Amino acid sequence: MSDCLLEISGLRKFFGPVEVLKGVDFSMREGEVVSIIGSSGSGKTTMLRCINMLEEFQGGTIRLDGETIGYEETASGRKRKSETEIARQRALTGMAFQQFNLFPHMSAVENVMLGLVKVKKMGREEAREIALKWLERVGLAERAGHYPGQLSGGQQQRVAIARAIAMNPKLMLFDEVTSALDPELVGEVLQVIKDLAADGMSMLLVTHEMRFAYEVSSRVIFMNQGVIGEQGDPKVMFNAPQSERLAEFLKTSSFV
Amino acid sequence: MSDLLHFLDQIWLARYVILKGLGLTVSISALAIAAGSVLGILVGLSLTYGNILLRSVVRIYTDFVRGTPVLVLVLASFYILSAVGIDLNAFQAGVLALAVFCSSHVGEIVRGALQAIPKGQTEAAKAIGLTFRQTFVSVLWPQALRQMLPTWVNTAAEMVKASTLLSVIGVAELLLRTQEIISRNFMSLQFYFLAGLLYFVINYGIERFGKYVERKTAVPS
Repeated sequence: MSDCLLEISGLRKFFGPVEVLKGVDFSMREGEVVSIIGSSGSGKTTMLRCINMLEEFQGGTIRLDGETIGYEETASGRKRKSETEIARQRALTGMAFQQFNLFPHMSAVENVMLGLVKVKKMGREEAREIALKWLERVGLAERAGHYPGQLSGGQQQRVAIARAIAMNPKLMLFDEVTSALDPELVGEVLQVIKDLAADGMSMLLVTHEMRFAYEVSSRVIFMNQGVIGEQGDPKVMFNAPQSERLAEFLKTSSFV
Repeated sequence: MSDLLHFLDQIWLARYVILKGLGLTVSISALAIAAGSVLGILVGLSLTYGNILLRSVVRIYTDFVRGTPVLVLVLASFYILSAVGIDLNAFQAGVLALAVFCSSHVGEIVRGALQAIPKGQTEAAKAIGLTFRQTFVSVLWPQALRQMLPTWVNTAAEMVKASTLLSVIGVAELLLRTQEIISRNFMSLQFYFLAGLLYFVINYGIERFGKYVERKTAVPS
């Protein structure tokens, strides 16, 4: 498939002797918003982290925008690509984390600028302009000079999203970005993600917010014990789950 | 009253000797701290990022040095090195011993500071495409520096105190100079007090400077 943005086939991952991904096959097109749901330990986050090589994986391939991620097949077998090459490939995706992971010693705008200056080799002025533009997009233009310690959790997460998206990635990865937030701060972060989705950004989200997954996703994937259990249109899936596992999962999660 | 005047008079007479000793103490300490910190950073980086072989070698080095009294290091540096043909004068041997001692402490401080940084920092840096070197320079090191500043200042003050041990190999630093003066005027109480006061002033200065840098580099929160 040539119109595939992301194509994962036979993805296998072990933590020591434990196989956490047991052959995941998945593909998505540009502009799609796909949510990954499933109980904890099902491999959702691990799968997401394999896509930008924050996790090594032992089998299968990941292709993003035509590039094979992380490993290459050589005559002598599978070989990890060079660190420089992997660093370059990581910039193809943007990632937002559960714990935000902003750099505490840099102001909001410096956080966003860092990748632009160091990776994209932009001049500081140009980088600042782009950073400010994205901070404005996430509603934090007035907080540009604030340090992470001076921002609320929701604001920090919005800066983190701006930092990732300013790099102009092909695909945004969201790893449970609202799980560490106070309930009253979840809304502002989800709104930012919704706006990005409306702009046609390709996104892959691991989430526990079933209502949000239902509203924003063009497709939902249900991960179960290291494989994709079920996938499809959220409206169909959530209202008429095919498997008992999914029905049970939806019942225990807060989706109503 | 006349006792005090007598003391002040003796200080005035010995002023050049005292200042020479003070100058030497400051130079020994400054050199040992500078060289020890540079070496210590290398030690800390090896302990944190080195491969198993490098890590093991450096680990043995730090554990050995930290487990040895500084006085023994000073004596070893002076007597043993000359026995194996490395000819250092007392000043050089002393500074070397203190620098080695300092490096093992700074090494542990650096390792501790780097390892205390949450893993998410490295992951976030990787996720935006930074290489390891870029991550280290822009993300990890600036955070580690802030973290280790107070402990480093403490080590620097320890080095000033340890510099007195060089008196045993005949380096005429402040303590040895003080003893010289006392052997002439027998005012041991007064001149040891003066020496103590001078050491305190140096270390208090270091501590204030550390606090000042800490304030200047503090991250707003």
